[in-house]
Amino acid sequence: MKKSQKIGGSVANYVDERTGAAKWVKKNLNKVFPDHWSFMLGEICLYSFIILLLSGTFLTFWFDPSQRDVVYNGAYAPLSGVSMSAAYASTLHISFDVRGGLLMRQIHHWAALIFMVAIVVHLFRVFFTGAFRKPREFNWLIGIGLLTFGIVEGFLGYSLPDDLLSGTGIRIAEAILQAIPVVGSYLAFFAFGGPFPGTAFIPRIYMVHILLLPGLFLALITIHLMLVWYQKHTQYPGPGRTEKNVVGYPLMPVYMAKAGGFFFIVFGVTAFLGAVASINPIWLYGPYTPGQISAGSQPDWYMGWLDGLVRMSPPLETHAFGHTISWNILLPGLILPGILFTGMALYPFIESWISGDKREHHLLDRPRNAPNRTALGAMSIAFMIISLANGGNDVIATHFHLTINGIMWFTRFGLFIVPPIVFLITKRICLSLQRADRDLVLHGRETGRLVMMPNGEMIEVHEQISDAKKWTLTQHQSADALPAPLPESAKLGIKGKLRARMNQANAVQVPAATVTEFKELGEGHH
Amino acid sequence: MKRLSGFRRKRIAGPILMVAALFTIGTAFGVASALPSSQHEMSSGTSTLVSEGKAIFLRGCSSCHGLNAEGGGIAPSLIGVGAAAVDFQVGTGRMPMADMSQQAMQKKPLYNPDETAALASYVASLAPGPSAVTNESLNFERDGNSAEGGQLFRTNCAMCHNFAGQGGALTNGKYAPSLMGVEPKYIYEAMVTGPQSMPKFTNTTITPQEKLSIIKWLQQANHEANQGGASLGRTGPVTEGLLVWTLGIGILIGIAVWLAMKAK
Repeated sequence: MKKSQKIGGSVANYVDERTGAAKWVKKNLNKVFPDHWSFMLGEICLYSFIILLLSGTFLTFWFDPSQRDVVYNGAYAPLSGVSMSAAYASTLHISFDVRGGLLMRQIHHWAALIFMVAIVVHLFRVFFTGAFRKPREFNWLIGIGLLTFGIVEGFLGYSLPDDLLSGTGIRIAEAILQAIPVVGSYLAFFAFGGPFPGTAFIPRIYMVHILLLPGLFLALITIHLMLVWYQKHTQYPGPGRTEKNVVGYPLMPVYMAKAGGFFFIVFGVTAFLGAVASINPIWLYGPYTPGQISAGSQPDWYMGWLDGLVRMSPPLETHAFGHTISWNILLPGLILPGILFTGMALYPFIESWISGDKREHHLLDRPRNAPNRTALGAMSIAFMIISLANGGNDVIATHFHLTINGIMWFTRFGLFIVPPIVFLITKRICLSLQRADRDLVLHGRETGRLVMMPNGEMIEVHEQISDAKKWTLTQHQSADALPAPLPESAKLGIKGKLRARMNQANAVQVPAATVTEFKELGEGHH
Repeated sequence: MKRLSGFRRKRIAGPILMVAALFTIGTAFGVASALPSSQHEMSSGTSTLVSEGKAIFLRGCSSCHGLNAEGGGIAPSLIGVGAAAVDFQVGTGRMPMADMSQQAMQKKPLYNPDETAALASYVASLAPGPSAVTNESLNFERDGNSAEGGQLFRTNCAMCHNFAGQGGALTNGKYAPSLMGVEPKYIYEAMVTGPQSMPKFTNTTITPQEKLSIIKWLQQANHEANQGGASLGRTGPVTEGLLVWTLGIGILIGIAVWLAMKAK
């Protein structure tokens, strides 16, 4: 035994005698993870969160979360002598006087955008592959929680510098608070410690931004990962992969090396963006004063769809019992997002209620094999894109020489018309792809080689696909319809009828090729 | 009182009143006629310019603005808009208008500077209005204060022209143009005359010195180096979101795919 091994062994033994860690480590380092690029999307979220913690800590060393008035005398000449809040002045100080401060600010902001993008793309992966199904419903809920807190955290973050744009955003947040019927004004007064803008808001959201929400993130991410660990990772279908095993690489050394390397790559890409692309140039916006506003004031993209909904909402207001209810803010700012997020959170339960599927699932669905779910996802994405487009309607109008009113009217109607069309088209595409799979299994791959038979007939040579591929294309369980309701259950009730209708629609599927079919064809013509 | 009414009845009162009245009218007439004549003398060189301008006006502008610039159904009256308005509208190519769309677009000027000056002096001769300025007459470097200009810009201009003067959308396809690369005199004249949808900023709302501050700040913003890398158009978070959804997540997914391939 080499000397170094001896030392390592005795250190390990020392630790093990005091913690009993050896058994746990041995078990878990050999844990197997399946390997696929889409399983690394969640990792991007985790790594950008770590980048956010590190760069954010750096920024706290100089940031002064105070709304007291100061006169700026720093390095940025166009603002020298201008009176502003200490929060804004200290952000300017970080940007222009602290070594590496601007780079860190930009890394922090880009990492926040990447964090949110990665969460959403990860959510797409989980949704479209059906990874949220039993037993992973809780982890879906935690994910929705992380997405929601991420939106809030991001909003609070870009509100902190107290520049003209962030102040505008806070003003809109105040308006949304005030739109809550009856208690709205009280809530706004409570949050701002008096009338807008006051001096209390930025110190308060600073504490929420750097203490409360990061703590929540850490807790939720830990539970999220522990559940992944405990329930084991899902895997894509393929030969040798069943509901009862996990095919992949052990954590140590393969996965650990890959994950560790990927962390540095994510950090590198974020730092690259921070170095070459300006983000949130607060010095150009100027300090916030309630009397000023800039054309094209936008929130960051993860709030942009909300802004788009508010921008397209018609001017509706009712007055009742001495209270004004501003539907124009309440509807797009609170009610609609509330419905969307509740629906998203409850989706795993809704789907299993419709399909009656209470089995455990560890093999993922190929999106085409769940046409309704895939179509619903595509429809939701279409909805989001339309509202997001209206959130940037002024920038779109100036850059593409369109009229802002035209964009608004297009999105007002498009919001209701386009998503259902997208649903139908996606569902048809999914069923067509199922048919294509079936053809591929039964008839093989088209080679493009045309052969002339002795009798003059021209045929295209088809090549059999591999057995592994055949397995992958045929392994899925078709979504069976619920047993037909018995005659006396004509009194199903509205809920029951709705469920039966949706169950029937969900069961529409092109049957996968079977062995018998394949054999029959093999004997025949092809 | 008694003495005054007594004087009124004297015979001499009538002739004295007559002389006084003649004297007053004569003086008033003299003063009134002297004013235009002195202006005429001063601009005897421009009288040819005015008639030249009128000729151009009749050819190029009168079909919409009327033979005497009195305006018509589709174009406003130009009486009293001053030389500044003509210098701005014609000098930047906005007038003559290319088409009757939402707003006159900036394009290559149709008239050369001499013709523009002639048109301007014709319109100025119709009624007094703000006069044209030159880039040289605006010493914004000396008289302006860019920090003050920035504050004034954010208060009065940014709501349409964006925080960095990049322009912005208005209703029904109208827009506030980008102010980047616009000559100082045109910015000054636009503030004074309020072209298209823009409000007029008279010297009482924004003093000439404050106007110079705004110009100084704009010039600085125009030439300011992009701190922190590519500017992404200085239009706010929309382009940032676009970049992160394309290049940002694109690179990361590309690398993830590559890493997963390597394992095989």
